[in-house]
Amino acid sequence: MSDCHDGCNGSRREFLSGTLKLAGGAVVTVIGASALASSSSSPTRAPRPGGGEYDWDEHLWAYLVDTTKCIGCGSCARACKAENDVPEGFFRTWIERYVVGTEDSHVDSPNGGMDGFPPVQVGFVANKSFFVPKICNHCRATPCTQVCPVGASYRTKDGAVLVDAESCIGCGYCVQACPYGSRFIHPATHTASKCTWCYHRITKGLKPACVTVCPTQARQFGDLKKDGDPVRAVVEHDRVQILQGHLLTEPQCYYTHLDKEVR
Amino acid sequence: MPEITGFSFPNDIHVTWSLMIVMYPYITGFVAGSFIVTSLYHLFDRQEFKPVARLAMATSFAFLLVASLPLQLHLGQPQRGPFVIITPNFTSAMAGFGILYSFYMLVLVLELWFVWRQEIIERARRSRGMKRALYAALALGTYDTSAEAIEIDHKAIKILAGIGLPAACMLHGYVGFIFGAIKANPWWSTPLMPVIFLLSAAVSGIALLILLYQVYAKLDRRPVVATCVQALASWLWFFLILTITLEELELIVMAYEKSESWLIISELLTTRLSFSYVTMQMIVGGLIPLILLAVVVLMNRYLHEKVRNTLATVAAFLTLIQVFSMRWNIVIGGQLLSKSLRGLRSPYEPEIFGREGVLMAIALFVAPFVILWVFDRVLGIEEPPGADGHGNPPAAPPPVEATAASHVP
Repeated sequence: MSDCHDGCNGSRREFLSGTLKLAGGAVVTVIGASALASSSSSPTRAPRPGGGEYDWDEHLWAYLVDTTKCIGCGSCARACKAENDVPEGFFRTWIERYVVGTEDSHVDSPNGGMDGFPPVQVGFVANKSFFVPKICNHCRATPCTQVCPVGASYRTKDGAVLVDAESCIGCGYCVQACPYGSRFIHPATHTASKCTWCYHRITKGLKPACVTVCPTQARQFGDLKKDGDPVRAVVEHDRVQILQGHLLTEPQCYYTHLDKEVR
Repeated sequence: MPEITGFSFPNDIHVTWSLMIVMYPYITGFVAGSFIVTSLYHLFDRQEFKPVARLAMATSFAFLLVASLPLQLHLGQPQRGPFVIITPNFTSAMAGFGILYSFYMLVLVLELWFVWRQEIIERARRSRGMKRALYAALALGTYDTSAEAIEIDHKAIKILAGIGLPAACMLHGYVGFIFGAIKANPWWSTPLMPVIFLLSAAVSGIALLILLYQVYAKLDRRPVVATCVQALASWLWFFLILTITLEELELIVMAYEKSESWLIISELLTTRLSFSYVTMQMIVGGLIPLILLAVVVLMNRYLHEKVRNTLATVAAFLTLIQVFSMRWNIVIGGQLLSKSLRGLRSPYEPEIFGREGVLMAIALFVAPFVILWVFDRVLGIEEPPGADGHGNPPAAPPPVEATAASHVP
């Protein structure tokens, strides 16, 4: 090489063109790998659950909460924990207690309401008090799936927002993006975790655990594609509210009798 | 368990984005900031930056090499990190990282090569054995140092600097976008966020170069060029004014609008972040360097060289703290605040050991300096005497035969 110092423009040109070819090859390889990876992982990302009997095109699930009916017993949160093996200190569903006066308000949710609610003393004149069950809103325009860098968070055709724990990288971006605090990083799997509306149950014709155990039917679960469905009737004909509507996430968890204090 | 004031959503009491996510924008800030400095010389021909142009480029490279590590260390499933590049979900702001990072890396490495090409060839000619093979490999088979070749180098450097500057700005502005585009978090969600990140990157890059230049000149026993320090201090002052103005404007608008979130954010800043925001970001790292730099810029001709160097160095050190505090207050502060907008959790204390601990953060910050040292040993950061820093040869290179012969025992 040392005899080349007088002028190797040609060799540099050759080198550069070689490099370009190499770079082109690398791009093709990456695209190929990406196509392979996406084709091989798509079945796991969008499973057709229930092995043929369940057709997700036939359903569109929705959740309905009547806050006037909730008595704050915490059965729902306990059932969820048992059904889904939710780790200590994290919640897929919880209950909030509101004590509201003209001047001030107080909100709490001791241990997510799992153990019920001990009496509370507030330093203002309280006019009303009520409980509000919370859960993932399974938003139609959800920011959590938007921000997932690998598409591990997705919305199924029947309206549930789920996480593929096999491909979640555990970056936590979805946790930050959820305005409702519904997501968390599971301390054991180190991947994102959240309410699935008990997808393993609803695809077998059952209700989510929290709905099943609710003694007052404050929580209801229904199918917006099914004629005569009571939840569909309420959503279509009554005045329903959603949480943080200004963020335009289009929640599929509807509320009736929601107070202005609730966010 | 963290203590909660007010009411937090139960899952909001965990700080998901740890110290590593504070380090990530801090490190990429140096990448972009140093590149801005090197571009002032290579692209805009500001001769006063010549003494630090090569140092700045090497610094940008050194920090770029570790820029992705904090992200990788933070991932819950680090082995799946490459999925972001292999199977990206393009609606995610985060999916762009791989593309921007690789593109900037490519441009920077090419530019480095053109700037250091002479040096590499010289060293290839001077050395023998393994060393010679290394430099020959780095020279990529071309030993052409003719005037024409140098001219091509010049053009290439100019073009690459022209592409590299927007690429570096995108790389860091994009980090601001990651936070600014989260509508769930009112402390993050503002279109000002990418701009603030970018300006503070310029601040951190220039400040770091002021410090590095002093240290490097000491180690290399070279005099510090006063006009260079003066120019760096002026630009640091300029960018610091812009950064702090925008950081404050964001708050003033929020407060004046009496926005929904202002109540909780004002409480966050005055209680949980009173030290890191008010004391460090605004006073120690903001107001004090603003005054020190004002002295350097406005009283330039009355200053003794030692005073100028000292003032600039102290101001640079303090602004580095300012930028770190800003990253901390954004990343950690945004997670102390619950999305219920009714509660704050107790301050976050990072672990000492472990993947995302304080020691790892220190290691990540020190690593680029080790890389710089190695870079200096291998390629030499300081340009050879007589060279113009654009890649022009120092003097007529000694013939290869003579160099080789001199090594024969």
